[in-house]
Amino acid sequence: MSDLLINLFGWLPANLFLLVETLLKIALLLVPLLITVAWYTYAERKVIGYMQVRIGPNRVGPKGWLQPIADAVKLMFKELIVPARANRFLFLIAPVISLTCALAAWAVVPFSDFLVISDINAGLLYILAMTSLGVYGVIIAGWASNSKYALLGAMRCAAQIVAYEIAMGFALVVVLMAAGSLNLREIVAAQEGGIVNWFWLPLLPMFLVYMISGIAETNRAPFDVAEGESEIVAGFHVEYSGMAFSVFFLAEYANMILISALTVLMFLGGWLSPFPLAAGLPLIGGLFEPGVHWFIFKTVFFMFLFLWLRATFPRYRYDQIMRLGWKVFIPLTVVWIAVTGIAIMIGLPPWFD
Amino acid sequence: METIRQYVKSLLLLEMLKGLRLTFVYMTKRKFTVQYPEQKTPKSPRFRGLHALRRYPNGEERCIACKLCEAVCPALAITIDSEKRADGSRRTTRYDIDLFKCIFCGFCEESCPVDSIVETRVHEYHFEKRGENIMTKDKLLALGDSLESEIAEDRLADSLYR
Repeated sequence: MSDLLINLFGWLPANLFLLVETLLKIALLLVPLLITVAWYTYAERKVIGYMQVRIGPNRVGPKGWLQPIADAVKLMFKELIVPARANRFLFLIAPVISLTCALAAWAVVPFSDFLVISDINAGLLYILAMTSLGVYGVIIAGWASNSKYALLGAMRCAAQIVAYEIAMGFALVVVLMAAGSLNLREIVAAQEGGIVNWFWLPLLPMFLVYMISGIAETNRAPFDVAEGESEIVAGFHVEYSGMAFSVFFLAEYANMILISALTVLMFLGGWLSPFPLAAGLPLIGGLFEPGVHWFIFKTVFFMFLFLWLRATFPRYRYDQIMRLGWKVFIPLTVVWIAVTGIAIMIGLPPWFD
Repeated sequence: METIRQYVKSLLLLEMLKGLRLTFVYMTKRKFTVQYPEQKTPKSPRFRGLHALRRYPNGEERCIACKLCEAVCPALAITIDSEKRADGSRRTTRYDIDLFKCIFCGFCEESCPVDSIVETRVHEYHFEKRGENIMTKDKLLALGDSLESEIAEDRLADSLYR
C-alpha cells in the first residue's frame, strides 16, 4: 500500500506527499463508512420489520437492496425549506456540525494493529471531545429553527447528554485505569489474550453503563426523547427537510457505528480473536488469527444490538431517564472505580497481573 | 432484604433480557405479509365494492325506479329521476351515485326489490378529474354487464343466508 503510494506520488514534495497520503486514507475510511451508514438504515428497517413479523422494504431492487439509493435520491431532490424566522446561518451549519463531529471521531479508531489514520496518544480524550461536540449540532438546530418543538427537543437533548456524558466519562476512566493508556491501540493491546482476558469481564458493570450511555448519547430508542415522535413531533429536526435532514440522519447512524466500534475496542478486545489458541487448527485456523475481520464482526453485533433494542423497548419517560443517569449510573461508576482500583493494586489475574 | 434483592435483580437487567429474547424469537417467525399487487387475499361473496346495475337475461334493465335505494341511502349519495316509457313501464332516466358521499354500507343492495343495484368485488379504482366520482347510469350498467357472471355467482352463493 505505502510502496504503491511512494511510486505514484513520490515525486511530490514531502509535505504535499503527506497531504495526499492523509487524504487518501480519509477517503479509504469514509467511503466504506458512508456506504455502511446507507445500508444500516436498510438493515434497521428490515430488522425492525422482522421483529414485528413483517418483512420490511422489498420493492426497490432484489429484496429491497436498492432502497437506500432510492431514499438518497429522493432526499436530494427535495426542497430545502428554511423557516422564515429561523437563524439562517446557524440553521444550515447545525447539520454540518453534527456530521463533521460524527465522522472526525473515526480518525483515531484503530481497525487493526496498523490500520488507523492517526495513532495519537490522547485518542480516548479526542473521542470524548468529538462525541460531545456533536451535541452542539442538535442544540444549535433546535435553537435556530425558531420552533417550540425543536427547542424542546434540543433542551431535552442537552440535559440528557449532560447526565450521560458523566457516566460515560467515568466508565472510560475505569477503562483507562485498567489499560494504563489513553491510546486506543494500547487499550486493545492491554486486553491481549482470549475472550476471558478482555475487559468486559472485570469491568462488566462499566461495559453495560457505557453501552447504555452510548445509546443515550446517540439519541436512539429507548432514549430518543430528543426526537420523541409521539410527544414533540420530531424534536430538533422538525423544521428540516431534504439534504439537511438526511445529513442529521447520516450523523446519527455514523455515531451509532462509532459507539459500537468503541465498545468493541474498549471492552471486547477490538481486533483480537476470542480463541487465539484455535489459530493452530488446520483449514479454519486462519480465521482465529487476530485481525480486522474480528473487529468488524464484533462491531456488526453491536450495531444489530442498537436495532434490537429499538424494536424491543418503549421510550423512557423523561424523569426516568434523568433518574437512571444521575442516581444509578453515576454512583455505580464511582463504586466501580474503587473496585477496579483495588483489583489493580492486588494485581488480580488474569487482567491486572 | 427485599429491597436489596430487587436492586440486584434490576441491575442484572433480567427483565430487559426477557424482552430482548421475545423480540428475537419473533424475528425468526414466519412472516404473513401478502405481496399485494401480485398476491391477494381471498374475498367474501358479500364484499361491498364499486356499485353496478344489473340487467335481465333478455337485456332489459332490472331497475324499476322505485327509489327505495335513494330513500334508504344514509349518506344521500343516490339521485334518481324517472319517466314512463312508451310501453307503459317506469324506468330511470338518471341514476347517479356520488362515490365521495357513499359509505359502502350495502343498504341500497338490500333494499332493492329486483336485485338491480348491487355492490361488486371491484375495489381498485381511482379518479383523475373532478366529476369522475359520480357513477352515472351508463357507467353502472356497463360495469354490471361486464361482471354479470361474477355478480350472479356471488348472489347465488349468498342466497342461502338471505
